[in-house]
Amino acid sequence: MSLKTKALTKSIWVFHVSAGSCNNCDIEILDMFTPRFDIERFGIQLIGSVRHADALLITGAMNKKSVPRMKKIYEQAPKPCVVVAVGQCALSRHMFRDSYNVCEPLDKILPVDLYIPGCPPRPEAMIDGIVKLVTKIRKGK
Amino acid sequence: MTLLFNYLIFPGLLFSAAIGLFAGWFDRKLTARIQFRVGPPWHQNFTDIIKLLGKETIYPAQSGFTFLLSPYLGFLSVGLVATILGMNLISAASGFNGDLIVVIYLMLIPAIAMILGASASRNPLASVGASRELKLILAYELPFLLAIVALIIKCGGVIRLGKILELQALGSSNIVSWSGALAFIVCFFCVQAKLGFAPFDIAEADQELMCGTLIEYSGLPLAVFKLTKAVMLYILPLFLIVLFMGKDTSLFFVVLKYIGLLILIILVKNTNPRVRIDQALGFFWKVPTFMGLASVILALVGQ
Repeated sequence: MSLKTKALTKSIWVFHVSAGSCNNCDIEILDMFTPRFDIERFGIQLIGSVRHADALLITGAMNKKSVPRMKKIYEQAPKPCVVVAVGQCALSRHMFRDSYNVCEPLDKILPVDLYIPGCPPRPEAMIDGIVKLVTKIRKGK
Repeated sequence: MTLLFNYLIFPGLLFSAAIGLFAGWFDRKLTARIQFRVGPPWHQNFTDIIKLLGKETIYPAQSGFTFLLSPYLGFLSVGLVATILGMNLISAASGFNGDLIVVIYLMLIPAIAMILGASASRNPLASVGASRELKLILAYELPFLLAIVALIIKCGGVIRLGKILELQALGSSNIVSWSGALAFIVCFFCVQAKLGFAPFDIAEADQELMCGTLIEYSGLPLAVFKLTKAVMLYILPLFLIVLFMGKDTSLFFVVLKYIGLLILIILVKNTNPRVRIDQALGFFWKVPTFMGLASVILALVGQ
């Protein structure tokens, strides 16, 4: 494992993209940074600009308005950058599957590295997912 | 050769960046403890820099050389400040006449580099950040210079850091007198604004401007900007120590004073909300400016 990979997995800066979610997953994401879970212990930070991002947390069912913007955001992120689908909506469109303006699940649009199911997923589930992703990257993807 | 070694390695760039990154970790850890969190491990800021070096560098179309070169402008000038201050603390004879003025000028350059880079990035949020940074410079430079003028008058007109240190070693620290104490309080507010810490983190407001001036930076230039910030966190408290608390400059006491100032800065940062830019300008041109004037008058009458 190179120094670069090691540093990357020890300091993940997260950019949070809401692609038309109901805000439940977003609240749970913010919970990870509260004193109870305190994910900054592992060097994970929520940042405001996509240019600084190492991971995109995407929530919500993709609709026709948000898909082109999401593609643009993914292209703007400096590589290497992982994509994390948070919540049942991003995974499979959930209850909005037959809705008139909802397009495709996220992994048909962007290369997704990690799926976190749940409606909304609990912070423990997200931390568990991140640990699995880190082990995967460290073993050499 | 020794000059190059001094600039690049020992009191200069490498050493000050390492100390600054460590101080940056101290800031994050103490902030976390204040918020009842655990906080990151000690190597966190070093890891961040190494990670940023390995990332892709994206620059906006038509941004030009200014965008990529301005981070180095800031970093190299703060490195020079660290060298001058460090050498003066090691031996008071190593300075030159007028190095106080040079240090004051060089400490302004990181802010100017940030304005240049933000303006070159052609991002609307970055340009808002740049304009706020510019107004903040206008706000804090006036009381900062007044406080330093008071200090120069108090030391009998010397503009040499080594001489100021010698005078304090012979007599007492500048902070013990009335004019010195007032000037120290003014300088402390200005240091908070120069570091870009709350309540004066207006230019890089995370929540409203998404990192403001740094919004378009990624990879290596962003790492250089982070290093500049780290070195600033090392040199500004050191500058205060040299000017106001230079009685005992043995290593132990300098470290003790540095940690004390750092804790004070972090506590102010964590207990104050961000002010608006007009509030910051109003504050600096009212309270610290008059305190600075009072300090000049007290220094003139010899208090």
